[in-house]
Amino acid sequence: MLQLRTTPFHERTSKLCQAQNWRRWAGYLAAGSYELGLEREYWAIRDRAALIDVTPLMKYILKGPDARRLLNRVVTRDMDKQKVGQVYYTPWCDDEGKVIDDGTIARLDEVTYRMTSAEPSLRWLMMNAVGLNVTVTEVTDQTAALSLQGPHARNVLKRCCEQPLDGLKYFRWMENRLGGKPVTISRTGYTGDMGYELWMDAKDALVIWDSLMDAGRDHGITPCGILAMDMARVEAGLFMLEVDYTSSQQAWIEGQKSTPYQLGLDWAVSLDKSGYFVGRRALEKEKREGPAWKLMGLEIEWNGMQRLFAEVNLPPQIPGEALRASLPVFSGNVQIGYVSTSSWSPILKKFIALAHLQKPYFEEGASVRMEVTVEHQRQFAPAKVMKLPFYEPEWKKR
Amino acid sequence: MTSTSYDAIVIGGGHNGLVAAAYLARAGKKVLVLERREIIGGAAVTEEIFPGYKFSEFSYVVSLLRPEIIRELGLPRHGLKVLPLPSTFTPMENGDYLAAWEDHDLTRQEIYRHSAKDAEAYDEYSRRMARAAKAIKPLIGFIPPDPASLHPRDLLGLLKLGKYAASLSEREFYQIAKLVTQSSADLLDEWFETDALKGTKAASGIIGTYLGPRSPGTAYVLLHHYMGEIDGVFRAWGFAKGGMGSVSNAIASAASAAGAEIRVSSPVDKLIVKNGRVRGVVLENGDEITARAVLSSIDPKRTFLELIDPNELPGDFLGSIQNFKMRGSSAKVNLALSELPQFNAWPMEDGRQPLPQRGAISISPSIDYIERAYDDAKYGRFSRQPYIDMIIPSVIDPDMAPPGQHVASCFVQYAPYDIEGGWNEAKRNDFGETVIATLEQYSPNIRRAIVGMQVITPKDIERITGITGGSIFHGDLLLHQAFFMRPAPGWSNYRTPVRGFYFGAAGVHPGGGVMGAAGMLAAREILKDWSGFRLW
Repeated sequence: MLQLRTTPFHERTSKLCQAQNWRRWAGYLAAGSYELGLEREYWAIRDRAALIDVTPLMKYILKGPDARRLLNRVVTRDMDKQKVGQVYYTPWCDDEGKVIDDGTIARLDEVTYRMTSAEPSLRWLMMNAVGLNVTVTEVTDQTAALSLQGPHARNVLKRCCEQPLDGLKYFRWMENRLGGKPVTISRTGYTGDMGYELWMDAKDALVIWDSLMDAGRDHGITPCGILAMDMARVEAGLFMLEVDYTSSQQAWIEGQKSTPYQLGLDWAVSLDKSGYFVGRRALEKEKREGPAWKLMGLEIEWNGMQRLFAEVNLPPQIPGEALRASLPVFSGNVQIGYVSTSSWSPILKKFIALAHLQKPYFEEGASVRMEVTVEHQRQFAPAKVMKLPFYEPEWKKR
Repeated sequence: MTSTSYDAIVIGGGHNGLVAAAYLARAGKKVLVLERREIIGGAAVTEEIFPGYKFSEFSYVVSLLRPEIIRELGLPRHGLKVLPLPSTFTPMENGDYLAAWEDHDLTRQEIYRHSAKDAEAYDEYSRRMARAAKAIKPLIGFIPPDPASLHPRDLLGLLKLGKYAASLSEREFYQIAKLVTQSSADLLDEWFETDALKGTKAASGIIGTYLGPRSPGTAYVLLHHYMGEIDGVFRAWGFAKGGMGSVSNAIASAASAAGAEIRVSSPVDKLIVKNGRVRGVVLENGDEITARAVLSSIDPKRTFLELIDPNELPGDFLGSIQNFKMRGSSAKVNLALSELPQFNAWPMEDGRQPLPQRGAISISPSIDYIERAYDDAKYGRFSRQPYIDMIIPSVIDPDMAPPGQHVASCFVQYAPYDIEGGWNEAKRNDFGETVIATLEQYSPNIRRAIVGMQVITPKDIERITGITGGSIFHGDLLLHQAFFMRPAPGWSNYRTPVRGFYFGAAGVHPGGGVMGAAGMLAAREILKDWSGFRLW
């Protein structure tokens, strides 16, 4: 029987997956949730330490005298400014300034970088590397990756890492040893909480997993699936490829593509950097003209929800997980956008969503209406446009 | 002896003729289909050459059957069931294999095994081709206008074509321009490095043509496979339960239900033409049948060089038809088997499932392999190491063979119609043996499993179905014989130089394959002409 790939942690995760809730992520089997409900895993992210297998992220090592030039050509951020030890988050675009994918780039040394992406990027990198002195190697399978997220994350690592972590600042990385094995630890994550991502050799995966689970016992470490992480990322205002936006490479029509400005990534586009990068001209134009729509937050008013459901004599009912459904957003009787992900936020006790909103409805504070189905009837719940993120604890960058 | 008069007579009971009859009958017209053989279907037939073993004798997969036709004729109600062909399995000469599975992630994994670069290139290539197919798709249902004509109908058609071209993005336009001029080998070399991948894809570029993968213009045919993607859930590529005969039978059933009359064993001898207008047909047995219009759904050469008195046709038209290339180069080897073919590259132990057998097995290990197969054909020989596309219908549909037994359908290239010395019994046997010997390199049990073998050369295709030269697409799909030049320059709108005489099968746009589009469009043109809506 042909099967999806499993990660190096499968030996452990498969035995812990009580829910048998497996999903596919980049051709791998990934646990959607370990437990039958998501709540305990979600609260591990927000209150304790959640351990998430993020190995399916595409990973590439770029090495050579022209590695920086290659990256600077491809991504929108100014790679000349990145120092060894830093991690950058950045999108990259096609010639028309439409986003292909987004990911992180860690500068490992003067001439070596590790880049992550949601979708395969080997071809794009190699095409742009023509004439440059750089090698691009895919290490998705060879490098296992874990995400440890939550206010107790550092406490767990302190217990099992050789080197202290107090000095590891937000979006920096360090070399360390865990369970006797070498591991690169970056202060990064996809939850908007305090968190670290651990990058290791696939053959050391199980030793490191076991050490973490052991060290984390007193800190409430909990294996966490990608569905709970989904809820957290909405709270953190983090969008997801193929859910909240479509890669320009996958889009069938222009309307499916997005620019970094539309996704709220203005800060990640360095038009003042020197030299050519893919999409520069188009992005300059977009900056001048302003985006036609923007990805913003929506807070759906609870009073409104209660009113709608009270009409059918029910309390408001919304799913306990993030909903990746497209929901029309209206202003009056005109559709002015759509929600791509919506979720109940247990920590904020709010019903929140990530929405694509047309100008001028993407201004913070604007009042709009989001479609909800109440007892099989189409209704509209009042909502307010919010800036992202919804939630950012003070210890996230501490 | 004269029979009753009809609104329309359709010559040929192949799928296009049947589609045309169905549409005409649904419009309330009195239609008669005349089929030479004792069964309808043309080259889309299922026959039990060996009792109990059903062969899709000639065509073997539903290819781009138009969703409009499926819906409008209600074909599912009339018995059409299209089952998926989920994979393509290419055994390699070194004992390994390359497979394309139905699941995207599994396929990516599989290609990655051979080449990391190709795994990604495959995704990007598929996307580009699918988008180009989406751009080209409207042309399938588009009646090609004659660019050299000032006829209002053609001018309108040109305007529409211009509008369509303008709707293409610059990128799409260049892509299409490249696809129609490049050879499939050159296109594939640009994208991939894995030989088995290139070979398998290149093979789809030379199906039914007398060309090799290095011949310019073959890249365009690669696009055909992606047209199916646009049809989505309608499933343009698949296996028809019961074999291809069930497709023809479903269409015939729809036509009959609408009131069309279908007569088999009724070969037509000649068209009755008076004062430049068609009056009906004369059968070989002498019967005369009159009709307001006659539609030919047989091939262009038989239609215009045999059915009509040449005096009725303009000289340059006749010349074009005479020069129309119908060079059959495809053959079929249909096998009745006592066991399931196994493949060395997919050993069956440890409870492994016979996955390759559920889809197509492609003997196409590299572009060079196919080009060398073509080299043989160029010089009047059949390929010593032929390209073979094999499916095992009994795995997909257990009713195709007795329980535990199997049938295999092997499409083979090249087997030129004009083989040196001509086809005879001995040469046909030699060819059959060559196919088995080739399969044997990859399948250890194929030879001993054979309980019956039917070898069909282009000569046999011609003999049985009547298609000139055994050309499966009723004329090579070459650019100079496509669109507004098919079957002859300026005569691509399903009409002919003879008033009341129409032409609607693979020999006219959109060409070959079991599409039904030509029949549908021809019927539509007949109805248009009758509705009194004329631009002249």
